[in-house]
Amino acid sequence: MMRLPTLAGEWIDRTRTVTFTFESEPVTGYEGDTISTALAAGGARVFGRSFKYHRPRGFLSFANHDVNVMTQVESVGRSIPNVRGDVEAPIAHSKVTAVNTRGGLKNDRYAFLNRLSTFLPVGFYYKAFHSKRLFPTWERLFRRITGLGTVDLEASHRSTPKRYDFCDVLVIGAGPAGLSAALAAASTGADVLLVDENRALGGSGLYARAGTESVLAKTETLVRAVLAEPRIRVLLSSFASGYYADHWVSVIAPEAMVKVRARSVVIAQGAYEQPCVFRGNDLPGVMLASAAQRLLYRFSVAPARRIAVLTANAEGYAAALDAKSRGLEVAAVLDLRATPGPDSADLMAQLSQQGIRVITDVKPIEAVAGRDGSVARLRYRVGGSEEAIAVDGVWMSVGFAPASAFLHQAGATMRYESSIEQFVPERLPAGLYACGKVAGAYDLAARIADGERAGRQAVSALGSVDALPVAPVMPVRECPNHPYPVFAHLAGKEFVDFDEDLQIKDIENACQEGFDSTELLKRYSTMGMGPSQGKHSNLNALRILAAWRGDAMGAHALTTSRPMFHPVPMAHLAGRGFMPERKTPMDADHARLGAVWMPAANWRRPEYYAVPDVSREAAITAEVHAVRNGVGLIDVGTLGKIEAHGARAGEFLDRIYTARYSNLKVGMTRYGLMLDESGVIIDDGVIARLTPECFYFTTTTGNSATLFREFGRLATWWGIPVGLVNLTGHYAAFNLAGPQSRAVLSQLTDMDLSDAAFPYLAVREGLVAGVPCRLMRVGFVGELGYEIHLPFEFGSELWRAVLQAGQGHGIRPFGVEAQRMLRLEKGHVIIGQDTDGVTNALEIDAPWAIKMDKAFFIGQRSLAVLAKQPLRQTLVGFQMPLGVTERPKECHLIIEQGRIAGRVTSVGFSPTLGRVIGLALVDPTVAHQSHLRVRREAGVEASLEVTSHPFYDPAGARQKMELAS
Amino acid sequence: MKIMTCPINGPRLISEFAYAGELKEMPDPTQVSDEQWADYVFNKNGPAGIKREWWCHTASGVWFIAERDTTRDVIMRTYLYQAEVALT
Repeated sequence: MMRLPTLAGEWIDRTRTVTFTFESEPVTGYEGDTISTALAAGGARVFGRSFKYHRPRGFLSFANHDVNVMTQVESVGRSIPNVRGDVEAPIAHSKVTAVNTRGGLKNDRYAFLNRLSTFLPVGFYYKAFHSKRLFPTWERLFRRITGLGTVDLEASHRSTPKRYDFCDVLVIGAGPAGLSAALAAASTGADVLLVDENRALGGSGLYARAGTESVLAKTETLVRAVLAEPRIRVLLSSFASGYYADHWVSVIAPEAMVKVRARSVVIAQGAYEQPCVFRGNDLPGVMLASAAQRLLYRFSVAPARRIAVLTANAEGYAAALDAKSRGLEVAAVLDLRATPGPDSADLMAQLSQQGIRVITDVKPIEAVAGRDGSVARLRYRVGGSEEAIAVDGVWMSVGFAPASAFLHQAGATMRYESSIEQFVPERLPAGLYACGKVAGAYDLAARIADGERAGRQAVSALGSVDALPVAPVMPVRECPNHPYPVFAHLAGKEFVDFDEDLQIKDIENACQEGFDSTELLKRYSTMGMGPSQGKHSNLNALRILAAWRGDAMGAHALTTSRPMFHPVPMAHLAGRGFMPERKTPMDADHARLGAVWMPAANWRRPEYYAVPDVSREAAITAEVHAVRNGVGLIDVGTLGKIEAHGARAGEFLDRIYTARYSNLKVGMTRYGLMLDESGVIIDDGVIARLTPECFYFTTTTGNSATLFREFGRLATWWGIPVGLVNLTGHYAAFNLAGPQSRAVLSQLTDMDLSDAAFPYLAVREGLVAGVPCRLMRVGFVGELGYEIHLPFEFGSELWRAVLQAGQGHGIRPFGVEAQRMLRLEKGHVIIGQDTDGVTNALEIDAPWAIKMDKAFFIGQRSLAVLAKQPLRQTLVGFQMPLGVTERPKECHLIIEQGRIAGRVTSVGFSPTLGRVIGLALVDPTVAHQSHLRVRREAGVEASLEVTSHPFYDPAGARQKMELAS
Repeated sequence: MKIMTCPINGPRLISEFAYAGELKEMPDPTQVSDEQWADYVFNKNGPAGIKREWWCHTASGVWFIAERDTTRDVIMRTYLYQAEVALT
């Protein structure tokens, strides 16, 4: 057992155990353990296999970057892939296995790949896939061999709520600098949110103790002050995953994503300890010193019995003292430097008191594995001779890389500060502050002072769009970072990137092959592209790149960091789709009548009403016949419905539509065509004048919201005082159409429906079945018809009343398909179908709707220009011979003399006329031809007979009832 | 997500706003040549810098002008058209 004696403040609860299996072996840990610590406490050293060479791996960072220790966790019906053993707690009774093995962790059959590393050069995928012929072979092979966890396709749905939070100052990172920043900000009265990925406040102050109580005591004082401060709220076990515009930060809490809106953000995320690059630096037992310290103090687990500390800073000396104080044997402190700095010298005195020898000017040669595959010996060179030391643990403490991903995401720039061999902030965007190790402050007192400075600044400049100058880097007595902790070995296996198994030669070969800039190197070698995103590899790779090119470190920037900071479960990212589907008040009535639905913008509308044992075509045909010969009823409530009020409302509409409305008589309606400034048709509708100062008008379904909004802008821009009310959702509307419509309506109302009292194109307000309605007598489908608009709450009631009244007249509800055919028979143009984004008003041949003699309307000036030019296209009607049912489809091309001369825009079989009819937008030079050729598919052409349109009742007599009356 | 300040409703999420292009006063259609008119209709001002644009707070229907520095992605200020532009 490697579990150490109980320590105050440890994160485990020794009164409660957790049992699970790892690779089928039972494991018992304590409540509070992670998967890795439970395994390590039992003496295990190997927790996973590396990605490429399938080398056995153990702890490296123990800080959520141990990518080689990812597991698949199966627990009561769920199988969760890629669970990080270093930070995730084991689920009781779960079945845990290492990912990326074939045949288990111990006897991974892909372990032979380790010996094939010579044949897996950098850029291997690019090279392998270069051959088209071999592509499929390689693909099949790689798909079988590569990959991590297994996605559970049967996983049940789990709800992942989103929460929202707001604060003045968001502090990310609760180490000494972050704690101090939070306190300073709160002391000025600011509302502070403090977020940390760990489960306790204190950061490295809890474990980088140098074997004494003083660091811990100072940290705990800060923690107590933070917990006592009511203006600081603390969010633990939660990591900030992404930084977005205006201090909008996503925080992944255990069960929810929290979207935090801060007014300013303090980044106190510290620094990632970096590995020393030497042969065998990936052997189980070789780890970062800070990883070992976390194990010693948080989980009371000894990762080794006898260790050597390979160091280049005072932090390594401190780690040796921590090891000693927790009862481990420290074989030696091996310092890469010839002369340790002043902080190290102070600690060296303590080490020698405890009988620990320090050897300086050391160059590691290799870590050698013992029989169990974990480290047994460290070979190094000192003073020209080779030495070896027998250990079961090597702790690396050679320097840090700032945790600057968030700074990059927020748009900060970094510069290389050679006095500490580290990138530090150069320019920070407004409202963003950095403090502590990420800003180059290492000494505890310096970190606390730096945090205080950042906390104060974060409040002082709240709301300013200008950035404050970046604070100077706090002075250090001793450089914490080795400038080049890289030691090549002829036999390689000195790992730079542990996610992707990249060695020194891979980086150098990539440079040699021309990929010698950071962004190219990354993509070619996959350096930093693994799940830890280069947190422990980018810096060393950059050093190797700079050395290879002979450049100074500052000459190359780190690669761009983007969200997410750590991998985030997809469940947190998946949103609940917010795509509201609008329903008219008669929706339930349609459903009862057998409606088959179709989408119309964000509404659903009946396409047609299904009839048992009758085909779709036959049902639609019956609906068309009902309207032409009897009476039909259609829900048109999806139309945009707008009121314009005011003395100048008519003038306003004159400017918006092509026709004139200021002279429209009260009680009458007029068709309206709307253009954009270039003369292109964008919408149409019917405008009714209810009173001298009130117009009521419709827009097409899809455009209602944007047009209503645009009307508001135009009124503002033009300075025309007009009150606009969007009644689209407030009003239901349906169209009662057909020769019998008046007879049906007259049963429900006392209004005078005679042609004299209620002529064609008139609008009237009155009661229908006791409901206050607006009735418009419009030509909609070319029959006598009434469009009835009424408050939505009466919609369903009146719909049913009308259907009831129409029973004796064979009334039939009809859907969008029948409506389209009825309107096509009348040659009515559908804006957006028979026109497109460049069709101008002259091209649809509707001069009656365009009043060029008005003072102004949108598009008028452009039409004046266009009128001087030949037409680019024109709309023609066509029909096919009787009996021909094979018809072209919309968008089929008109081909004349081998070139495209237009396209079909609407087409259908007209039940009324008994033949296929349609509209086409064609080149004006072919519009006069008697026939056009349409290509239905390659090699299949058909002849269309050009005909005038409307196809049916061209004089419009039926809608005016001149024949029927 | 960015925040925009509606002159009437105060700071709100940018998702509540709609954009309607650059503020560009229309020349008198009766006074300009066809070429000048086409320039007004089709040519937009491209270079990055401070832009004056039409924006709408869609929830309330308030239209206003926003000045944005597109080089820094900063909304400099927002104000009502009728309060400032229309008067000048």
